Amino acid sequence: MAEQKFVTFVIERQDGPDSKPYTQEFDVPYRPSLNVVAALMEIQKNPVTRDGKKVAPVVWECNCLEKVCGACMMVINGKAQQACCALIDNLKWPIHLAPARTFPVIRDLLIDRTVMFESLKRIQGWINVDGTWKVHEAPRQNPYTAATAYEISHCMTCGCCLEACPNVGPQSDFIGPAPLAQAYLFNINPTGQYDEEQRLNVLMEKGGITSCGNSQNCVEACPKGIKLTTYIAQLNRDVNKQALRNIFNH
Amino acid sequence: MAKVKKHRIAIIGGGLSGLMAALKVCEAGSEAWIFSYCPYKRSHSLCAQGGMNACMDTKGEHDSIYEHFDDTVYGGDFLADQQAVKGMCEAAPELVRMFDRMGVPFTRTAEGVLDLRNFGGQKNKRTVFAGSTTGQQLLYALDEQVRKWEAKGMVKSFVFWEFLEIIKNKEGVCRGMVAQNMNSMEIKAFAADAVILATGGPGQVFGRCTASTICNGSAVSRVYQQGAHIGNPEFIQIHPTAIPGSDKNRLMSEACRGEGGRIWVYKDGKPWYFLEEMFPAYGNLVPRDVASRAIYDVCVNQHLGVDGENKVYLDLSHISAEYLERKLGGILEMYSEFMGKDPRKVPMEIYPSVHYSMGGIWVDRKHFTNIPGLLASGECDYQYHGANRLGANSLLSAAYSGTVSGPAAIDWANTGERGSELTEEELEAARQRCVDEFEKIVNMNGTENAHELHQELGELMNKYVTIERVNKDLDYCFEEVKKILKRWDNIGVTDHGHWANQEAMFVRQLRNMILYALVVTKAARMRDESRGAHYKREFPNRDDEKFMKITIADYDPNTEEPIITYEDFDHSLIKPRSRNYAVAKKE
Ligand SMILES: Cc1cc2nc3c(=O)[nH]c(=O)nc-3n(C[C@H](O)[C@H](O)[C@H](O)COP(=O)(O)OP(=O)(O)OC[C@H]3O[C@@H](n4cnc5c(N)ncnc54)[C@H](O)[C@@H]3O)c2cc1C
Ligand code: SF4
Ligand code: SF4
Ligand code: FES
Repeated sequence: MAEQKFVTFVIERQDGPDSKPYTQEFDVPYRPSLNVVAALMEIQKNPVTRDGKKVAPVVWECNCLEKVCGACMMVINGKAQQACCALIDNLKWPIHLAPARTFPVIRDLLIDRTVMFESLKRIQGWINVDGTWKVHEAPRQNPYTAATAYEISHCMTCGCCLEACPNVGPQSDFIGPAPLAQAYLFNINPTGQYDEEQRLNVLMEKGGITSCGNSQNCVEACPKGIKLTTYIAQLNRDVNKQALRNIFNH
Repeated sequence: MAKVKKHRIAIIGGGLSGLMAALKVCEAGSEAWIFSYCPYKRSHSLCAQGGMNACMDTKGEHDSIYEHFDDTVYGGDFLADQQAVKGMCEAAPELVRMFDRMGVPFTRTAEGVLDLRNFGGQKNKRTVFAGSTTGQQLLYALDEQVRKWEAKGMVKSFVFWEFLEIIKNKEGVCRGMVAQNMNSMEIKAFAADAVILATGGPGQVFGRCTASTICNGSAVSRVYQQGAHIGNPEFIQIHPTAIPGSDKNRLMSEACRGEGGRIWVYKDGKPWYFLEEMFPAYGNLVPRDVASRAIYDVCVNQHLGVDGENKVYLDLSHISAEYLERKLGGILEMYSEFMGKDPRKVPMEIYPSVHYSMGGIWVDRKHFTNIPGLLASGECDYQYHGANRLGANSLLSAAYSGTVSGPAAIDWANTGERGSELTEEELEAARQRCVDEFEKIVNMNGTENAHELHQELGELMNKYVTIERVNKDLDYCFEEVKKILKRWDNIGVTDHGHWANQEAMFVRQLRNMILYALVVTKAARMRDESRGAHYKREFPNRDDEKFMKITIADYDPNTEEPIITYEDFDHSLIKPRSRNYAVAKKE
């Protein structure tokens, strides 16, 4: 039998929000098409470090294992990405895992992304339907605009783009790329456009769109390939137009 | 206007069904307290790719609601309550319009109306879809609406809280529940005017499956242990086309077959399109159970699997790349991403996998369980799909059942015989019981690893309780699962802490999963016939005389095993006929 190959993981751990981080190393038996989540699952079954110490299993978040729920975002070899589709074969070994520190760390690789969901409230990220009851008709939609909406609506609130953005973090109150793109999404919906003005006004406030320095990091980080900077630029134009309207209507 | 009374409805689960119920509760002027393992938009509903069925009849095929109804009943091999199914099919088109208004980016025709696609077990185009991420888009739409209600203060979110159990009053009425914060480990008892369970499917009982890691059936198992009936647990759908994986079997959507995908293996050196040959009328579009059994037969009995392994080809390479991109883009991308090969050029390698549970908590047509004050909706209930679910019917049933369970909970809160309110002492006693249970787990010092045990459980269940079931194997499996239950007592945890202790929570879930595995296995053992997803070579035919009945499983606290009985149900609208996909469906 061929000798079993192992892949080493260097994991940045932290016992609680206020504890000091430390690293531990684990060896995981290699197999083709192994991904980072599957490797973490192996560690769960046998939580023993390289130097033979039995430790508490590593804590992280995952659900779908299909790159669609957004839960498993972490920093792998220095880059924020989804762990479930990070194939070992495509990564440099040893593999370094760390939590995305743009967000508060709860434990190990588990982070608190509440702020992203709160941002969706701030931008009024919904269509103002009257209710779930019958109103007989839904508006027809231009299929091309609908295709754009479909692209933006893939955003799984993973936070890769916020982690990658130099302007998001404890030093600033910038709302970040994902919620901006979402505001644009609701603005291009035939019903959602009725509330465009309110969304644009929110984005004029402190921490809104003007905090974007156009550094393009976000668009490269997005695992869903959402053209973030394109939509942020269009939104920026809309915000500017709205600002002018606000002046003239005063 | 008469003043509406403001109730508090506890909803466990933020998938399609839970969120739909929450919207109805808020619209009725009451508060929805939603508990979930994860932010709602990460719930398993978002994995659904293919679409949702509704008779929109916009393709000139004269599709009708009756046809949808009949396809569902026939597809379910006549084990579904027909009145309930009829209600669902009638409501479907209006539900689609609701989702459309909420901004779901459905795929559209050049005219700007919703496009429709084919799906297995249906001859007409009846499936609305949003590219290859229909579930994600539907779930997001409800999530957004719920967020709106949250901003208005009508929804209270308990995200990252695990439901532990329900609390009954002296009269046996469910008046509250206990849950645990998954970070702080705080355990709390909550009073509620009604509790709706919308916790999704039990896929993790089988270890490897197409479901998310949080689909563990733990909540369902716990309320079963507290007296809720389980209906039809033996009916587990095996999806014919999944990409086998060590961490998960990733689903290849049925839409691949809907858009013209062909299944084949080499036989005598030539491609053999065995589904097309065996079932000329439906070809590659036969329902899931039929396709899974054929693939199993070709691989396991005829040893014709790809490279001698349990795999067959699912081939799209004959279809134009442009068409594939438009109709299936995201799905194909997933295959490339996880397998490193391009399905536009080479056939995919797939094998059947555990996918969906038709069975679940028994409910009546209003989604009340047999425990007063407790309702259930979504995949965790047993309604609508009988012995087999048609593709694209469960996004429908999840959403539709929420439109029923929400208002029913309000009705109950208004007029039900609810008996006494829970006292502070009763709430505290329930909380303390859960605290004691948790403390015991945190201090477990045995030699078994919970994740290893889970893997063993999954392997057993996959081997003996899936595509083909044999009575003596089921007997064996039942005894083995009981051994695993014993071994659970000897688990050791390495994390004895009280902060985000995922290990301890998993140990608790695992026990619930093991008890549910016993339910599935026993019910499969007892049903000596073949119907829908349940197939026994020893009893290859449907036996309407003996088994045109729903299975009811009750928990026996003395043995911790299920007691199985059978109950009649309503099948008065469509007369049972034999289910045969080799010829076109006859009415
Ligand atoms: C890969 C895949 C593809 C599919 N494709 C399709 C398709 O194309 N068409 C179709 O119609 N159907 C499809 N289905 C089936 C369909 O997606 C599900 O049946 C449906 O979405 C279930 O919805 P739900 O609301 O019942 O549960 P879920 O969406 O699973 O939600 C369950 C909720 O309960 C919560 N929860 C569970 N237990 C607890 C607990 N103990 N404490 C707290 N919270 C808890 C979870 O956090 C979650 O929010 C697919 C399923 C899979 C696996
Ligand atoms: S373009 Fe704007 S949002 Fe994107 S990374 Fe740069 S600063 Fe951040
Ligand atoms: S925009 Fe992309 S990177 Fe940012 S949260 Fe959404 S999916 Fe993640
Ligand atoms: S687990 Fe859902 S995106 Fe990785």
